[in-house]
Amino acid sequence: MSGEEFVPLSLTPLLIGTFAAIACALPGNFLVLRKQALIGDAISHVVLPGIVVAFLLTGAISTWPMMLGAAGAAIVAVILIEAIRRLGQIEPGAAMGVVFTTMFAGGVLLLEQTDTSTVHLDVEHALYGNLESLIWLDAVGWSSLLDLEALAGLPPELPRIALTLLGVCLFTVLFWRPLKISTFDEGFARTIGIRTGALGMALVITAAIAAVAAFDAVGSIIVIAMFICPPAAARMMTNRLEAQIGWSVLFATLSAVSGYVLAGYGPLWLGGADAVSAAGMIATMSGLILALSAVFGPCRTRAGAPISS
Amino acid sequence: MLWDALTLQLGYNATLVAVGATLLGVSAGVTGTFLFLRKRALVSDAISHATLPGVCLAFMALVALGGDGRNLIGLLAGSAVSAWVGLLCMNWLTRHTRLAEDAAIGAVLSVFFGLGIVLLTMIQTMGVGRQAGLEGFLLGSTAGMLWADALIIAGGGAATLLLVLILRRPMLQVAFDPEYAAARGLPVNRIDLAMMGLVMAVTVVGLKIVGLILIVALLIIPPVTARFWSDRSDHVVLLAGLAGGAAGYLGAALSASAPNLPTGPIIVLVSFGFFALSMLLAPARGVMAAVLRHLRFQRRVHIRQGLLALAQGQKIYEPLTLRLLRRADIVRADGVATEAGKARAAKALRDEKRWEIVRADQAHEATAALYDGLRDIETVLTRDQIAEIDRRIGGPQGVSA
Repeated sequence: MSGEEFVPLSLTPLLIGTFAAIACALPGNFLVLRKQALIGDAISHVVLPGIVVAFLLTGAISTWPMMLGAAGAAIVAVILIEAIRRLGQIEPGAAMGVVFTTMFAGGVLLLEQTDTSTVHLDVEHALYGNLESLIWLDAVGWSSLLDLEALAGLPPELPRIALTLLGVCLFTVLFWRPLKISTFDEGFARTIGIRTGALGMALVITAAIAAVAAFDAVGSIIVIAMFICPPAAARMMTNRLEAQIGWSVLFATLSAVSGYVLAGYGPLWLGGADAVSAAGMIATMSGLILALSAVFGPCRTRAGAPISS
Repeated sequence: MLWDALTLQLGYNATLVAVGATLLGVSAGVTGTFLFLRKRALVSDAISHATLPGVCLAFMALVALGGDGRNLIGLLAGSAVSAWVGLLCMNWLTRHTRLAEDAAIGAVLSVFFGLGIVLLTMIQTMGVGRQAGLEGFLLGSTAGMLWADALIIAGGGAATLLLVLILRRPMLQVAFDPEYAAARGLPVNRIDLAMMGLVMAVTVVGLKIVGLILIVALLIIPPVTARFWSDRSDHVVLLAGLAGGAAGYLGAALSASAPNLPTGPIIVLVSFGFFALSMLLAPARGVMAAVLRHLRFQRRVHIRQGLLALAQGQKIYEPLTLRLLRRADIVRADGVATEAGKARAAKALRDEKRWEIVRADQAHEATAALYDGLRDIETVLTRDQIAEIDRRIGGPQGVSA
């Protein structure tokens, strides 16, 4: 395919999808190891009421209030889960289930009650985003990458998700040692003076920020898939955290790129006429990668020792 | 208007929906209880999301065979098959790989849902004009519910309840102590799968009314609500059914009473209302009960410390202690002990000394472990034992000049 076609139509969605996948996979590694993987699921459900409330308060579809609303809802949800868990002495899974389903139901109800027919805000959009529509109209070819005028016309989601990715990377690098220690041995981490409670909260908030930024671009289904599938697949490949992170980034990139390409061109190859949902395809590809690694991965068994055939 | 809805006076469709929602709520609450007691509540999330690809595939198959793509039985059968496949995947991931159950749940739910969405967009481009109903399975759509649909829901719910009734004892054993159940020779894995199968049945039945995202709420919230009110598992099961049924009925009635109130979300919110009330008001495990217990404990500690201070002739400064002592008629307003107060203070000091002897004596080790500063010694020792301790303490003795 020529640059004239690829750069305006496919480059930006590809980049956005990949960045979103990596930004979610990085904190996902720690969440999976800490057995908190479903926090990502809960966060991506409560984003909907956050966005609807932000829309009701501002009365317009603008990005920043919505991001703030979504992030606020995520934090409210985490606090509520913790409060219900402690006050009601309920196991965390059930507490999570109570909170996120209720908040999601509240979001749907608010959405139905308000007149959003004039604006583009609905449940389907929240679930699977519209990655395909994030095209770069000002580009004419590869040369546009050096053309400042054309660069100004980039879809705003791209710099936003790039910034988020940078922030997530920074968090991971800066807190690498405490994160690693407290993930594997919380008691030891506390004895050497790491504030594990605050660190755990910071990890969840980082995950929430990544989820909200990714959600804005690609919908919530990718967010859940990317929090869990690439790290889980990477877990089957290695016993070292550094290598696991590397694998998970590779898997996230792989599923984003292959998912996007398959969604865009797969139906054409099969003789169909229209593309299918890229977000859904990316999630499916990540599941395929997880399945392959679960069957063939060198460290897939619980004991952790590589299997000598 | 609400009254009309509650007494089923709002017409045919509203009545069907209310009856269906009530039955669904009862069976979801009862079934969800076992899942909740097994501490696997979120498995229902994976199961419900895994129904989507089945619904889509069934639709495509029905259309390809020339039938009506929206045949409810066909769609539900498809959803059951794909939910079962998802369940087996999740089971396999947790048993044969190193992944913990939460990661397996998340992986299954996101991948199956993603696949479902791919299929959904494929259906949209297939050019069959009648796919509009399928999105209804995401959030439920009760507007076009038919008599046949209601029959399916009622039949499915009743069948699930019957199976729960048959399987309740083994399921409870596995939920409370899987190792013991395995030692007794119960096939724990198969019972677990049966439990999940029942949850799947409820999910499939509930797709039409509340949709696959919110059915999770009906499986989790009523059992959690019921757990506040009882420590007996059979009571929790019944209460959960009751809470679920009431939420279904009230929610359906509320949503029929005004426009723009979607049934599924309203049922979930009513259910959460019950949960919030229970968490606040439940007698033993509720928040209010805990606060009251804490206040009572605080009062006892303050009164005891006050009594000991009085007995030893120390001045009390703590305002709460003073207020409590005054209210119990132990001291007068000027801080001087009343006669009754003096007697109680002397008794408190003597009891403290008795406890001291008990705690120093190896023979009373088990009793000494009960000491928390508030327990009356008469409640743990017999009168003879106390007399023996008093003999060791001895009476007041003169001081030689």
